[in-house]
Amino acid sequence: MYGNDVIDPNEPLNAAETADYDAAAEHDDQRDGRDAVGDDFDALLAADQRIEPRDAMPDDYRETLIRQIAQHAHSEIIGMQPEGNWITRAPSLRRKAILIAKVQDEAGHGLYLYSAAETLGIDRQELLERLHDGKQKYSSIFNYPTLTWADCGAIGWLVDGAAIMNQVPLCRCSYGPYARAMVRVCKEESFHQRQGFEILWNLMRGTESQKAMAQDAADRWWWPALAMFGPPDTGEAAKGGHTEQSMAWGIKRFSNDDLRQKFVDMMVPQAEKLGIVLPDPELRWNDERGHWDFGEIDWDEFWQVLRGDGPCNAERIEHRRRAHDEGAWVREAANAYAAKQATREREQQQQKESAA
Amino acid sequence: MSGATTPSTGAGAPSEPAQGERSWPLWEVFVRGKRGLSHVHVGSLHAPDAELALRNARDVYTRRQEGVSIWVVKADDVTASSPSEKDSFFDPAGDKIYRHPTFYDVPEDVEYL
Repeated sequence: MYGNDVIDPNEPLNAAETADYDAAAEHDDQRDGRDAVGDDFDALLAADQRIEPRDAMPDDYRETLIRQIAQHAHSEIIGMQPEGNWITRAPSLRRKAILIAKVQDEAGHGLYLYSAAETLGIDRQELLERLHDGKQKYSSIFNYPTLTWADCGAIGWLVDGAAIMNQVPLCRCSYGPYARAMVRVCKEESFHQRQGFEILWNLMRGTESQKAMAQDAADRWWWPALAMFGPPDTGEAAKGGHTEQSMAWGIKRFSNDDLRQKFVDMMVPQAEKLGIVLPDPELRWNDERGHWDFGEIDWDEFWQVLRGDGPCNAERIEHRRRAHDEGAWVREAANAYAAKQATREREQQQQKESAA
Repeated sequence: MSGATTPSTGAGAPSEPAQGERSWPLWEVFVRGKRGLSHVHVGSLHAPDAELALRNARDVYTRRQEGVSIWVVKADDVTASSPSEKDSFFDPAGDKIYRHPTFYDVPEDVEYL
């Protein structure tokens, strides 16, 4: 996935579109990157130029990117499951069609990202094996269950909202193929977040039990959504983490804590509009900081889920493996067909040649 | 169908094949956004043959009417200039600034020039 020129840069992206995104889009438009900058990795980074697949790059940079892009890709395809769970039970044909389109988008996002990872010299098959063997991780958020229909709303609104907040800065990532994949992903995510908001909006204007269902979903997804930004990485907590190196490499543009704060600031007014009470008694506006203060995240739970002890970890990988195995016959059939066609073409070619 | 299950071409396979299933060849995808525009590279995908590459490209890259025409090209069939030879390769154009219209000194009060 190296290109995004088909996307009209003048079209608004989504709620998280900010000056940062505009800067990324502008960066893509620049045509004068050839001036005055050498081909040296450090010089390119210093000039805020993109690194492209065949450029020389440090091994650590390559490895870090492969790990991050792979985890991101895994998160997209594992992320198909929680909502896929509701396709057969969506409350209307309209909702069902939307949900199918959304889950299909997640598969597409996985593909863009696996393609970006492959430009670094790794095979997609190898990455899938690492996922299936538990050697590589995916976002912890997908290890929580979708218990009610309202969870589909909460996922779109909160989880996709947090994902957008994380992903928009990645549109400016120093590695070209990753950045371009993210522009495309962000564009498509805006529909995901809006449809989630709409589900909750409708429920909140429904019966008492529908309102309760929406509130319950928000109660369960709020804290895991905040944890999606990763552990604290500013101040004392920054020491020994990956953040500093990733920032120096231009892979990461904001700290986890900064992004989390931006997310909270964006979501509080939206929750008020919905009539949903966010499950944090410590949530209050801080006039001095100009931001919303919020309570402590349960990092023990985060690490526990990441290690594999979440409600759905085993189920997600089991399902993923089964889907892959049960699809084997489709791949075999495609191979057989391709082989037959190739043989036929060769024979026709030979006939033509011998006739001539 | 033992023989038939291997991919028809190993052209796109990496030098060290992943254990188990082998990856399909890689195809580069080019999309014409609308009439009057060139095909532009939008990404890549794996597929066993050109026909499936085209269908998958439609599903992956034009789900929102982003295109009116698609090309797929096997990645191995693309010959690319080398980044390490970039300087010597593109240098010849470097000292020929007279190819740009701004090179020329002309009076300011001449219209349509």
